[in-house]
Amino acid sequence: MSITDTIRTAFAALAANKLRSSLTMLGIIIGVSAVITLMAVGQGSQKGVTESIRGLGSNLLFIRPGPSQASNVEAAVYGGQALTLVDTDAYAINDPEKFPYVEGVAPQVDFEAALIAAGHNTRTTVIGTTPEYQYVRDFYVGRGQFLSDNDITRKGLVAVLGHRVAETLFGDADPLGKSVRLAVGPGGMITFNFRVIGVMEPKGATTTGDEDDLMFIPLPTMQARIPILRNPQGLSNVFQISVKLRDRNDFDQAKKDIAALLRERHNVKKDDFVILTQTEVANLKAAETEISQTLWAAMAAIAGISLAVGGIGIMNIMLVSVTERTREIGIRKAMGATQGDILMQFLVEALMVTMAGGAIGVILGVSLSTLANGRTILEQSVRADISAVAIILAFGVSAVIGLFFGIYPAYNASRLNPIEALHHE
Amino acid sequence: MVKLTDITKVYLAGDVPVPALRGVNLEIQEGQFLAIMGPSGSGKSTLLNILGCLDKPTSGTYELDGLKVSALDEEQLAVIRNRKIGFVFQSFNLLRRLPAIEQVQLPLLYRKMPDRQRLALQALVDLGLADRLAHRPVQLSGGEQQRVAIARCLVTSPSLILADEPTGALDTATGHDIMRIFERLNVERGITIALVTHEREVAAYAHRIVHLQDGQIVSDELNSSSNRLSTAAEPPVGGGAGSEASTP
Repeated sequence: MSITDTIRTAFAALAANKLRSSLTMLGIIIGVSAVITLMAVGQGSQKGVTESIRGLGSNLLFIRPGPSQASNVEAAVYGGQALTLVDTDAYAINDPEKFPYVEGVAPQVDFEAALIAAGHNTRTTVIGTTPEYQYVRDFYVGRGQFLSDNDITRKGLVAVLGHRVAETLFGDADPLGKSVRLAVGPGGMITFNFRVIGVMEPKGATTTGDEDDLMFIPLPTMQARIPILRNPQGLSNVFQISVKLRDRNDFDQAKKDIAALLRERHNVKKDDFVILTQTEVANLKAAETEISQTLWAAMAAIAGISLAVGGIGIMNIMLVSVTERTREIGIRKAMGATQGDILMQFLVEALMVTMAGGAIGVILGVSLSTLANGRTILEQSVRADISAVAIILAFGVSAVIGLFFGIYPAYNASRLNPIEALHHE
Repeated sequence: MVKLTDITKVYLAGDVPVPALRGVNLEIQEGQFLAIMGPSGSGKSTLLNILGCLDKPTSGTYELDGLKVSALDEEQLAVIRNRKIGFVFQSFNLLRRLPAIEQVQLPLLYRKMPDRQRLALQALVDLGLADRLAHRPVQLSGGEQQRVAIARCLVTSPSLILADEPTGALDTATGHDIMRIFERLNVERGITIALVTHEREVAAYAHRIVHLQDGQIVSDELNSSSNRLSTAAEPPVGGGAGSEASTP
């Protein structure tokens, strides 16, 4: 029998038992949609991590306050440490004679604040930094200009808004030259007015947070206005110093030299700071944002079990179907159907059920992934990325299940004795 | 064209061998209409199954159109069934789901033939079923179902039609209608027919009647009965077969 006739015959047989066929498909549908969703979420979080590492800029070292013991590295990343770095540390590192491999240095202080402008308000992270920040972090101003040396020296009340902050506060209106009120402290009791001089280019989320939801002001301005940032020696603390290197190969040398300099400057034996490469920072963040192992395992188990159950269900139904249609098989054999014809007919039926189940599962899985993408589920922000590979793989798996669980019933059917089959009631 | 030599068939009932055929020698000439009679258990169905290549003899040789069928394997037998043999059963053995036009195409499906639709249509029209093409078995009377089954076996232009009690499920009048169809196919198209029956009136349509008993041929005689169609008093197959009563 030609393959088109085989498919037509199989389709007619399945269509004659619509309810049964669709129930048989159910296990495969659930399994395949779980596989698709699982892979989409897995791939999504992977891609998120990769992108956020790339988004950090290149060849970066981060210096943060805190002890450098390996066990405490995490603590350093998440804060809770005494502030030990000061802005002059940053300026000392930015010495081309001593550290020829350093391309740029940007100290920063960041805190949460409320912003009010043009009748709108929002909360955002305010970063006090220096003009070099944009080169160091590879994150540039889109419209207007970034903080200038002049803004630093005169401790100007100027601000550069992140892309989304500008949108939230000003909508379609041009924020350049407009005034933004910044409120800090308990109940927002301390307020300052800043003039907007620039808006950053859109960048998206990186390991250090959503880089479109920021506002930049000159570091000295912040230090001058917010007293808690001054330490007992009268120096101004910073939360982080980003160091951009000319070459990735200089990481080890730079780490060693900078550590020596800081130990000398801070006059300590035990390091009161930690130096991390951008990959180390990204890995720590990635571990936090990645979908939890438990959730992953649970979903994989659901997918695997329902695929196996679906397959067994198909085998069961096919065996029943062969028994029910024994007489039909006898008739077909009497009409000249070979064993191969009968085998193919039942195998194609099983394949059609699983492949149709696979197709519906793919549609369901893609819809689920699309729905879940960008949402927060079980306190985890989910990112789903559907790939062609996942879809092809899911199809392949459903075909393999059809073959694996369909071959035995089909073989049984093909081996039936035509005389006995013809007399089957 | 059919030559059986020393055919035996032994079934196993558990461990006990039960002989169904014990040395059958039978030749059927081309164009002959043969009736096989005998009490139940005499081996007539076994003989028909072997003739139809549905079963293989335990020993002996079977030649069909010069081909030694008893030496063929399962796949080759399927091809022989498809090319050379047409079956008509007591219980019609139509597929429940299919309309008549597709029932008749079934053997052609296994032959990968183009033009199936036209051949099937022709066969149904020849049997007076032009207005029953889209009817499924439940919508047809017993006589109509049997005619669909005959159309299905004719569509491949078989050299041998094997009929196993073809009138057994029909009332007497319809049974005679069906027998007259066989007779006309035999007379007009020269198709060889072997028919199993236990009814004398049915066997009376045949040229030759073979009696089986305990797995052996006990008598083999030419039929001189008056039931044979000798004159072309009735219209040919394509014409008036619709006159048959539609008895459910």
